Amino acid sequence: MLLTKAEMRRSMLGGAASLAGIIAFVGLAVLALLLSSGGSSILATVFEPYILRILRFTLLQAVLSTALSIVFAIPVAQALARQRHFPGRIWIIRLMAVPMGLPVLIGALGLIGIWGRQGIMNSALLKFGLEEPVSIYGLSGILLAHVFFNMPLAARLMLAALDRVPSEYWLMASGLGMRSGSTFRFIEWPVLRSVVPGIAGLIFMLCATSFTLVLMLGGGPAATTVEVAIYQSLRFDFDPGRAVTLSLLQIVLTSMILGALSLLPAPEDEGMTVGKPVRRPDGRLPGARLADGGVLLLVTLFLALPLMSVVLAGLRSDLMKLLREPIFWQSAATSLAISISAAALALLISMTLVSARRAALLRGSGTFGRRLLFAAMGGASSLVLLVPPIVLATGWFLALRNLSDVSAVAPLLIVAINALMSLPFVMRVLEPAFIVHKHRTQKLAASLGVTGWARLRLIDTPALFKPMLTAFSFAMALSLGDLGAVALFGSDGFVTLPFLVYSRMGSYRTNDADGLALILGVACLLLTIAGTMAPVRREVAVHG
Amino acid sequence: MFKFKFPSRSLLATIFIATATLTGAGAQAADKTLTVYTYESFISEWGPGPKVKEAFEKTCGCNVNFVSVADGVALLSRLKLEGAGTKADIVLGLDTNLTTEAKATGLFDASGIDVGGLKVPGDYKDDVFVPYDYGHFAVIYDTQTIKNPPQSMKDLVEGDPSQKIVIEDPRTSTPGLGLLLWVKSVYGDKAPEAWAKLKKRVLTVTPGWSEAYGLFTKGEVPMVLSYTTSPAYHMVAENTDRYQAAAFSEGHYIQIEVAGLLKNAPDKELARDFLKFMVTPGFQDTIPTNNWMMPVSATSQPLPDAFGKLVNPSKTFLMSSDEVAENRKAWIDEWLTAMSMN
Repeated sequence: MLLTKAEMRRSMLGGAASLAGIIAFVGLAVLALLLSSGGSSILATVFEPYILRILRFTLLQAVLSTALSIVFAIPVAQALARQRHFPGRIWIIRLMAVPMGLPVLIGALGLIGIWGRQGIMNSALLKFGLEEPVSIYGLSGILLAHVFFNMPLAARLMLAALDRVPSEYWLMASGLGMRSGSTFRFIEWPVLRSVVPGIAGLIFMLCATSFTLVLMLGGGPAATTVEVAIYQSLRFDFDPGRAVTLSLLQIVLTSMILGALSLLPAPEDEGMTVGKPVRRPDGRLPGARLADGGVLLLVTLFLALPLMSVVLAGLRSDLMKLLREPIFWQSAATSLAISISAAALALLISMTLVSARRAALLRGSGTFGRRLLFAAMGGASSLVLLVPPIVLATGWFLALRNLSDVSAVAPLLIVAINALMSLPFVMRVLEPAFIVHKHRTQKLAASLGVTGWARLRLIDTPALFKPMLTAFSFAMALSLGDLGAVALFGSDGFVTLPFLVYSRMGSYRTNDADGLALILGVACLLLTIAGTMAPVRREVAVHG
Repeated sequence: MFKFKFPSRSLLATIFIATATLTGAGAQAADKTLTVYTYESFISEWGPGPKVKEAFEKTCGCNVNFVSVADGVALLSRLKLEGAGTKADIVLGLDTNLTTEAKATGLFDASGIDVGGLKVPGDYKDDVFVPYDYGHFAVIYDTQTIKNPPQSMKDLVEGDPSQKIVIEDPRTSTPGLGLLLWVKSVYGDKAPEAWAKLKKRVLTVTPGWSEAYGLFTKGEVPMVLSYTTSPAYHMVAENTDRYQAAAFSEGHYIQIEVAGLLKNAPDKELARDFLKFMVTPGFQDTIPTNNWMMPVSATSQPLPDAFGKLVNPSKTFLMSSDEVAENRKAWIDEWLTAMSMN
C-alpha cells in the first residue's frame, strides 16, 4: 500500500465531489429544459429523415477530420521531439497553441484569406495557368479547417507524451544503432499508441460538435451537424424538448465511438529515469535532419500563413483607437477575470479527478464499484464537451429565472461552463504527467515518510508545476476565445472580448473586429509562452 | 528549490476591478425605471441606444435601463424563458416575422398607438406592436468585381454561376429567413426550382449576417444578402461608394422592426409614453446613421445625401406574421431539400 488510508480517502472524496458537481451541473440544466418542454416525442425526433441525414454527415466529417488530424500530427510530433535544437522550435510549439484560442470566425476568415477563392493559394495556381479557382467550400473546406484547429492540439499532446519517454531510451536506441523505422516501432509508436485513442476521442468530439466552421465552409445546408440542429431548435423553434433529445442523441452516439476507442490497448508502465534532460542522438543524422526540417517548415507555413492574414488584417485597423476605448479595457478585464476563474476551476476539478482516478486504480483493481467510479470520472470529464453550451446556458437560465436576477449570476454560470468545456483538455495535459510523476516518486516518498504538505511542497510542486502551468494557460486561452453563452445572458455592461469582436462585426465594423482579433491572438500567444516556460529549478534529486 | 512567484500587483488589481464590474450592477437613484429589452447593437456606443436614453430621460423623469441580447430572435427566446416573471416593460427589436409568436406568449398588451400615420411601405397594421424602423433586403454587390449587377430576382437566380453570392441560413438568422420569404413571394410554388438554380451561385451559407458580410467585405465573394441601407454605411462612414445594392424589378422584401409593451409593466403609462416617443424625431433622428435603417416618421433634419442614393424599391413584399408562423417550418424544409440536392 503506497498511499496512506487518509490520503486515499481524501483523494476518493475529492474526486467523487467533483464528479457529483459535474453531473449535477449538467443534470439540473437538462432537467429544467425537460420540465419546461411541451413533450416532443423523442422517437419522432430521432427518426426524422432530416436528423438521420445530418447525423450521417456529422459522423462522416468528424471521423475524417479526426483521422487526418492524427495522421498529420504524428510526423510533426516526431520531428519536434527529435529536433531539440531546431531554430525556433519553441516558437513552433507556441504557434501551435494559437488557433485554439482564436474565435472560430476569425480563424475561418484567416483560412479563407489563404485558401479561399481570392487567397494566395488560388492566386498561385492561377499563375500556373489554372483557370477555375479551386474551391474549398464543401467537405474539403471543413476538413481543412478542422485539421488547422485540431492537428496542432494533437501534435502538442503527442509531443508531451514523447517528451515523457526517459532519455535513457533514446541513448540506448542510438547505442544499438537503431534506424528511424525501428525507433518508431519500438519506442515512439508504443508511446503514441497509448495516447492516440484519448487524443482522437477529444478531437472527434470537437469536430462532431463543430458549428460555425461547418456552416461557413460547408457550402450549403447539405453540410449540417447535429449541433446546428440543436441551436436551431433553441433559437427559432424554441423547443427545449427537441434540443435535449438531440443533445442526448449526440452524446450517446459519440460515446459509442469513444467507447470503441477506449477498447484499444491501455498505456503501459512508465519507465524509470534519473530525470536527465532529453537528448536525441537520432535527430542528428543528416537524413532525419532534412526530413524533420521539411515537416516543420510545412507545418509552420500551414499554421502561420492563415494567422499572418489575421495579423495583417488586424494591423490595418486603427489599433490605437481601439486601445483608447473604455469598452475595450472593460471587456478585456471581464474576459481576463472569467478565463482566470474558469482555468482555476478546471484545474481544481481536474486535480481531484486525476488523483481520485489513480487512487481508484491503485486500490487493487478489485471491486466493480471502483472501476465504475474510475470510468465515470474519466467519462464525465470528457463527455461534457458533447453537451452544447447553449443547452447548459438555457437550462440554467430556466432553472434560475424564478430565484434571482439571472444577469447577476451570469458570470458565474459562464465561468462554470467554460471550466467544464476546458476540462477534457486540462485532464489530458495533467493526467499523464501526474501518473508518471507519482509512479516515479511514490516509493521513495513513502520510504522517506514524506507525506501531506511536505510532499506537496518538496516533491509534487517542482515536478508538476510545469504541466499545471501548461494546463492552466491552455484552459485560459480556450476560455478567452470562447463566445459561448454570453450572448444569451448578455446584459448592459457584461461584454467579453470575443463578444466585442462579434458585435463590431455585426455592425459593419469589420476593421475593428480584425484589430480586436489580433489582440486576442497575441493574448493567446502570451499565455502559451507562459505555459511553455521551463521553470528554473535546481538539480532535481528525488527522481528515481 | 523552486518557488512560486506571486502574480504582480497590477494583475491582481485588474482582476479585482473586473470582479467589481461583474458584480456591482450599480444602484441608481431615480423615482421610476423603464426597463427596455433590446438587441446588442442597438445599445452599443455607436447605436441609437445612448442618444435615445438621454433624450427620453429628459422628458420622463425616469431612468431608462437597457438589457440587451444578441438579436431579435434571441430577444423572443429570452422572453419565453422568463415568461410572466420578466422584468421588461418594453421589448424593442422584434421584427414582423416574430410578432405572431410574440403575441402567442400572451405577455404583450395593446399599444394604444395608431400606426396608420407612420411611413412604412406595405400596409403594416397592428394594435400591439409599433414599428420604429424598416429596411428592405437587397443583394449588395462589389462594383469593382461586378459590372452588370442582377436587375431582378430572376437575373440572380439564372445568372452566371461563376459569380458567387453568400447568403445566410434561414434556420439560424433573420436575413436568411428574409431571403427565403422573398424568393417565396416572387416564385410561389416554383420556389424549390428557383433555389435549385440559385444554389449554383451560392458560395456558402453562413450562420448569420456577420459571417456573410465579413466574407463580402474581405473580397472573398462579390455579392451578399444584406439591406438596401448597407451602402449608406459605406458612403457615410467610410466615404466609399464601392458597395451598392442591386434594385430588383419584382420588388424587395421588407423587414420592419417593432416594439411592444408588456402587460405586467408596473407603470404602463410610462411604457406607453416611451412608445409614443419612439415615433417622434427625438428617437427617429438616431435611426438612419446609428441603426442604419430607414425611419418610420419625420426626422428633425433631412436624411444624409447618401440615403437619397439608395435603392428605393418599386414594390414591397411583406407576408403577414401569421402566414410566416404557419409556414416557416414547411418552407425551411423545402429550402433544405432544394439546397441539399446535387
